[in-house]
Amino acid sequence: MSEPKEFSTGLTVRDVAVARGGRTILEGASFDLAPGAALFVKGANGSGKTTLLRALAGLAPIETGEAHLTPEGSSPAARRAAIVYCGHANAVKAAVSGRANLAFWATLYGAPKDRTEAAIEAFDLAAFVDAPAGALSQGQRRRLALSRLILSAKPLWLLDEPSAAIDAASAARLSAVIAAHRARGGAVMVATHDGMEIDGARTLTVHARAA
Amino acid sequence: MGVFYELANPERFERIAKPLQPALTAIAVLLGGAGLYYALFNSPADYQQGDTVRIMYVHVPAAWMALFCYSVMAFSSAAGFIWKHPLADVSAKVTAPIGAVFTALALFTGSLWGKPMWGAWWAWDARLTSVLILFFLYLGYIAIWESIDDKARAARLAAIVAIVGFVNIPIIKFSVDWWNSLHQPASVFRDGGPTIDGSMLRPLFLMGAAYMIGFGAMLIAAIRNELMARRLQRLSEVAGRKASTVNVE
Amino acid sequence: MNGFLAIISRDVALGFKAGGGTVQTALFFALTALVFAIAVGPDTALLSRIAAPTLWAAALLSALVSLDRIFQADFEDGSLDVIVETADLLEGRVLAKAIAHWIAACLPLILATPVLALLLSLPAQGYWPLVLSLLVGTPALSFIGAISAAVTLSLRRAGVLIAILTAPLYAPALIFGVAAANAGASGAPNFIPSLLFLGAGTLFSMILAPLAGAAAIRFNMS
Repeated sequence: MSEPKEFSTGLTVRDVAVARGGRTILEGASFDLAPGAALFVKGANGSGKTTLLRALAGLAPIETGEAHLTPEGSSPAARRAAIVYCGHANAVKAAVSGRANLAFWATLYGAPKDRTEAAIEAFDLAAFVDAPAGALSQGQRRRLALSRLILSAKPLWLLDEPSAAIDAASAARLSAVIAAHRARGGAVMVATHDGMEIDGARTLTVHARAA
Repeated sequence: MGVFYELANPERFERIAKPLQPALTAIAVLLGGAGLYYALFNSPADYQQGDTVRIMYVHVPAAWMALFCYSVMAFSSAAGFIWKHPLADVSAKVTAPIGAVFTALALFTGSLWGKPMWGAWWAWDARLTSVLILFFLYLGYIAIWESIDDKARAARLAAIVAIVGFVNIPIIKFSVDWWNSLHQPASVFRDGGPTIDGSMLRPLFLMGAAYMIGFGAMLIAAIRNELMARRLQRLSEVAGRKASTVNVE
Repeated sequence: MNGFLAIISRDVALGFKAGGGTVQTALFFALTALVFAIAVGPDTALLSRIAAPTLWAAALLSALVSLDRIFQADFEDGSLDVIVETADLLEGRVLAKAIAHWIAACLPLILATPVLALLLSLPAQGYWPLVLSLLVGTPALSFIGAISAAVTLSLRRAGVLIAILTAPLYAPALIFGVAAANAGASGAPNFIPSLLFLGAGTLFSMILAPLAGAAAIRFNMS
């Protein structure tokens, strides 16, 4: 007996090309991200992984091809509404506390109070969330940033090097959060260099081509 | 619109522009020569200003062109913005330095004219002040192109700068006129002064036409130049690196 | 609280924190006035005549140097992604950012103006017209400046470029602002007209800035 899942949104990508600096940097990306699925994005630095993720998330233009949500929606605005993107930069303001950062994001995402508590719980932020964010370690800031995933309550997560700068215990926690998200029907795309493991994840490999 | 659509293709543009450029240059030189002849030798000296008035034939058309070029720049920018056509972006980009030179010429000749009229190289006359602000608008637009490496992005952002500048020009003009009327009595340059005699209008319009057609020739030359530079750059980029490809397992 | 107010209150709070820029901008304003006064010399009669124009020019320069804070920090640290991702209407977010800039950068200058006006021997009847003209006119500085800040947000060290792009567009605000301040002090009849022109310019820039600023942000994020 399985309960109806919370999320049922997927992403279908067909022959997408993206540009950086006015030049096509990656082309021919075609894949499906079904509800509950996980997809690694691997490839050398500068091969266009970040640009691809940002374009899919609706934060940068897609040059050619199409990326549409299943069951519906393909505009950048529709994708922004369904996808949360967590990039290299943490978006954390050092001058205020972690909690103030959380409160700002929670307002933008329209998250109720209990979801903020869930985010603190999920990434184990309680010990340092009231300290000024400027005093936190790199790993702690990363966890604070990742808690946006919970606050957003969106079905699709696009993560760019999420486990950079965090220790093994925190990485395990991230894996558990991702597993729980997939169990609810959410899907993730993770660009990563390190040996992060996700059960049943497929891998999208980006091949940089020298001329 | 059909004509513009035809011209929008760079190769077709090149086919039409190549013979057009020397033709326009020749016409501009002829008109300019005739204009200068009338301006310098075959028009009356002003009864108050004497021969100094002849600066007008260089100055006034330059001031017209200063504003005209900004309009060309703004409309090209809007066209590039709406239809995302590279030729419109190129036209906006290369118009800016030409317009800036006309603006500088208007300022310089205005200053030369001002010395005998006002007894000073510069006066905060409403028109000179507006043209000076226009000059800085040109420089800002050029600075944006200079600072952004990615040409496609530079085109979009510079277009915003040009359009914002353009919608502000009437406001700036109005405010400067208003400001000037607060501070000083009507100056020599004010309209409704002595009406211009027909013998002065002829060289003025000849010079205006020469400037306008000369601008056309310069614009075509500058667009061809820019297109060539971009083609070269693209060639070197293609030799540089290809786009990544993707496969899923 | 919605996103619009959240952005304003966050930006204002960050502005007032150490290193947030509000204090520096106010100091810059005071120092600019001081530099003018020293350059002019201790001629009280002359100073009192140029006090209002000087303070308007100082406010304009202070706004110029603080503009790069509007978007650049958020672009560099990734916050702008979150702001764009959650925006139903990016234009609204740009408006919120510009309003926050006015509260954090311009409003403190206006509060400091009476003290500096005292140092510059502004005649007593000139205080209210000057403060009023700054209240009506400085929002235009923030709005127009937000366009330049959005255009240059991906450039490092954009400060001088922002000033070059923006200063010519500030001319009308400066002209009508100083005219209103002077006319109000002398009881001249063009006090109300210049204040109205100033207000019209502020409203116009309030419409222009979100449109142009949001377009610039979209192109800069590509």
